Amino acid sequence: MSKRHLLALFSNFDEAEAVVKELRKISLKGFDADKDMIVKSPIEHPEVEEFLGDKPVRVQWFTLGGALTGGLLAFFLISGAQGNFFAQLKGGKPVVPFPPNFVLTYEMFILGGVYISVLGFLICAGLPARRSPLYSAKVSEDQIGILVQADETASGTLRSIFTKHQALEIQEEAGK
Amino acid sequence: MKDIREDIAWAKINNDVLKSLESPRKLFWVIIICALGVFGIGVGCEVYQYSTGLGVANMDNPHVWGLYIASFIFWIGMSHSGTLLSAILHLMHADWRKPIYRFAEAMTTFSLMTAGLFVAVHLGRLWQLYYALPYPNERGIWPNFQSPLLWDAMAIFTYLSSSILFLYVGMIPDLAICRDNIHTGWRKKLYTLLSLGWEGTDRLWRNFRVTYLTIACFLIPLAVSVHSIVASDFAMSQQPGWHITSFPPYFVAGALYSGCAAIITLFIILRYVFKFEEYMTLSILKKTVRLTFAISMVWTYLNLIEYATVWYSHDEVAKAVLLQKATGPYAPFWWMMNFLGSIVPLVLAFKRFQTHIPVLLTVSLLLNVGMWLERWMIVAPTFSHGYYPWTWDHDQWPSLVQWGIVFGSFGWFTLLFMVFCKVFPSVSMYEVKEMVYHRSQATKKLEATGKMATAGKGAH
Repeated sequence: MSKRHLLALFSNFDEAEAVVKELRKISLKGFDADKDMIVKSPIEHPEVEEFLGDKPVRVQWFTLGGALTGGLLAFFLISGAQGNFFAQLKGGKPVVPFPPNFVLTYEMFILGGVYISVLGFLICAGLPARRSPLYSAKVSEDQIGILVQADETASGTLRSIFTKHQALEIQEEAGK
Repeated sequence: MKDIREDIAWAKINNDVLKSLESPRKLFWVIIICALGVFGIGVGCEVYQYSTGLGVANMDNPHVWGLYIASFIFWIGMSHSGTLLSAILHLMHADWRKPIYRFAEAMTTFSLMTAGLFVAVHLGRLWQLYYALPYPNERGIWPNFQSPLLWDAMAIFTYLSSSILFLYVGMIPDLAICRDNIHTGWRKKLYTLLSLGWEGTDRLWRNFRVTYLTIACFLIPLAVSVHSIVASDFAMSQQPGWHITSFPPYFVAGALYSGCAAIITLFIILRYVFKFEEYMTLSILKKTVRLTFAISMVWTYLNLIEYATVWYSHDEVAKAVLLQKATGPYAPFWWMMNFLGSIVPLVLAFKRFQTHIPVLLTVSLLLNVGMWLERWMIVAPTFSHGYYPWTWDHDQWPSLVQWGIVFGSFGWFTLLFMVFCKVFPSVSMYEVKEMVYHRSQATKKLEATGKMATAGKGAH
């Protein structure tokens, strides 16, 4: 049975929320609300996340890893370089002085944190991405889109749900 | 007076901002031509200095830094308010920043790029720039990791690259809007490439929010550390007038001050040039002006603390430098710096001037002249009245070549900034939509509560 993609556009978040709630309740062949439903919006909207339910964000683990790696790398690189010329006269000063090394360690801590956070963002968000099967430029303007994927037998039911909640437009395309 | 109209249609926000990319007012081209001219003067002077030698800048011993390092500090300082507006106010949920933070972030990036030029320019021997880079080389030496100058290089590189990433990440949703609305030409290709296939899905927004917040959290301590380290270039030396404990916070306050003044200048220019009157409103300008006034008073306080510390510490050499600033050959500039930095901002305390565009444009420019003078007055007087008596009669006046390169830097900054605003949306479309949305929701709630209260009153 082939899958179909449907994209419905709504003029406000309330309608979109009602659709999401209804889609979560019903049982359709080849449709799992957690995996096969995507909400697209023109703005970051915390309520969308609320009604979609808890989905973990893992960017902060990349941040932690990046910051620690950056800091440690800097400290050991600098200390290694300083230790390398231990034969030089240091006038009684320590070969690896901690307080001044802290400054560069701190800078690299931040540098690593920022770089790897951005890398983490790209990985976790799946960017760069190809266009999804259905896309409307209206989503980047002022409409909220709900993209679902289900068996083609379910497309009639999905259409009726979208229409019931005053979808402004419904696009349909055969998927893989 | 509202920060923004709550009934602006989202489609109109897109249209207005996208229109700014295509048809700015004629003043835009006048600014570009002037900036090109000024930048050209700078390039000409730099070529002359490069081919003739640093002597043409009228620099010698002990005046080895001149205007170049003063301008370097000025441009580094200018960058700080971008972080203030975008990162600090973001964490504080001050949503009035939304229409103006994008250009402030761009200002951060381009002023850092301008500052970086002065590091190269002041070396004179540009071809030996690689000597300063931290890598094991054929000379068998490593840089001195304990030197604030190396910390400076690292801090600025970190700040510049992090600011570029912060600017870029925050711009991705807007780049997608540009991609969806511009259908032909190089712009379409550019926006398609840079928007990375953004489609506004819940997964994207969720990760975007955490990433943006994370980078903002990193940028705040980074910005403070950058200017503290620049202050350390001076404060960690033994030179009179520089060896002062309060230098790092003094530098940070000065940085925020000059940056905020620059934001007012650019706010007024962009508002007119790109027809952003509906987004860069007078109410937002008023808030920026008040912020600038508050920071100017912090700077004034720290400035006075610095004088008091020198005066009452009985460090005779440092005291002599301070007296030299007030009465010596640099006195006119030093007094002007104090006047422009501490007295002129008092104008901003008057309500009627807080939205008066011509006054604000003039005052903001004067404040930045004052802040530039401040940096010069930190560098030059100490060199001409240091510990060695042979330096005392050695006042240095920068040559035209030096002035030319400094002016050129303003042309370079303006050019980069204006080109950025023409190619990329300088008002964040999605964040303005968020602002409009949340404010309209709040108003609706308030109205509903008001109606209920009225109904309740009637029932009783």
